[in-house]
Amino acid sequence: MKLNERSLAFYATCDAPVDNAGFLYKKGGRHAAYHRRWFVLRGNMLFYFEDAASREPVGVIILEGCTVELVEAAEEFAFAVRFAGTRARTYVLAAESQAAMEGWVKALSRASFDYLRLVVRELEQQLAAVRAGACPPPPLPRRPSALPPKENGCAVWSTEAPVASAALSGSEPPPPPPRRRASAPHGPLDAAPFAQLHEWYGQEIRALRSRWLTSRAQP
Amino acid sequence: MRYNEKELQALSRQPAELAAELGMRGPKKGSVVKRRLVKLVVNFLFYFRTDEAEPVGALLLERCIVAREEPSGFSISFMEDPERKYYFKCCSEEQCQEWMEALHQASYEFMRRSLIFYRNEIQKMTGSPGAVRHI
Repeated sequence: MKLNERSLAFYATCDAPVDNAGFLYKKGGRHAAYHRRWFVLRGNMLFYFEDAASREPVGVIILEGCTVELVEAAEEFAFAVRFAGTRARTYVLAAESQAAMEGWVKALSRASFDYLRLVVRELEQQLAAVRAGACPPPPLPRRPSALPPKENGCAVWSTEAPVASAALSGSEPPPPPPRRRASAPHGPLDAAPFAQLHEWYGQEIRALRSRWLTSRAQP
Repeated sequence: MRYNEKELQALSRQPAELAAELGMRGPKKGSVVKRRLVKLVVNFLFYFRTDEAEPVGALLLERCIVAREEPSGFSISFMEDPERKYYFKCCSEEQCQEWMEALHQASYEFMRRSLIFYRNEIQKMTGSPGAVRHI
């Protein structure tokens, strides 16, 4: 199968956010030795380089449809990336510390595009629920694009990204959310009380927000 | 670059976000338009000969540029070489729009920005104790 490997190599070494990086030992094959490689996780691509200064990856493990598990191995801090299907490969990797191993297992378990999309869709529904539950200030001008009709009679938030607010000052507006297809089912309106939602999102969002603000501040 | 081809092939058999038979032309000079079954799965675009089960090839859609190519077509190129384009011919305006929009959202980086956007929006609505809310 042809693959746009050149683009892949550029993606491996560009300045897009890195989700994890570090040295790992990679087992060559079933009865092969471990090789120490520099691993870079970016999105659902796990690249590995000869070393941290290499300009081009030796290879990449595409992380869709896999599970990450701890394994019994002669090596300490070993874990495996296992794919489904007959004759599918299992990649056995070993970190250099317990903390590194845990960090990798966590990062790799959440790395698939599929998983990220699920999370985004869920948040999209939860935002709709929060918006439906709140009674917002006077309606903002609405873009004539697909917006599900609200039955509760409340004005709706504009789908326009806010131009400037305290949190976003100095930076361009965030991209508009993925457009919902007309046929997509709306999630059940969450009946969770406000206080619970607040608590629910509070911790995670504080951490994410500070990371987001920091990344926006960089040129 | 080594990659897990078997798993990529398995991915090409997963349910697609969008799939259609389109005209496709590669970036090399002198290449001709061929009918291909084009299938969008996560952040990969697979293309098959219309009667084959295994894809001819795949394009990872990170850092790609999707541009309109008249009439009713679009191209995909990549940031490191924007003029090196893969051309696609659709059968209508609507199909072209549909594909361009789907491709625009088919990157991990786009999903990541959406995640941050939603979380920020939710925090703005629920995280500020001073806001007046009547539930």
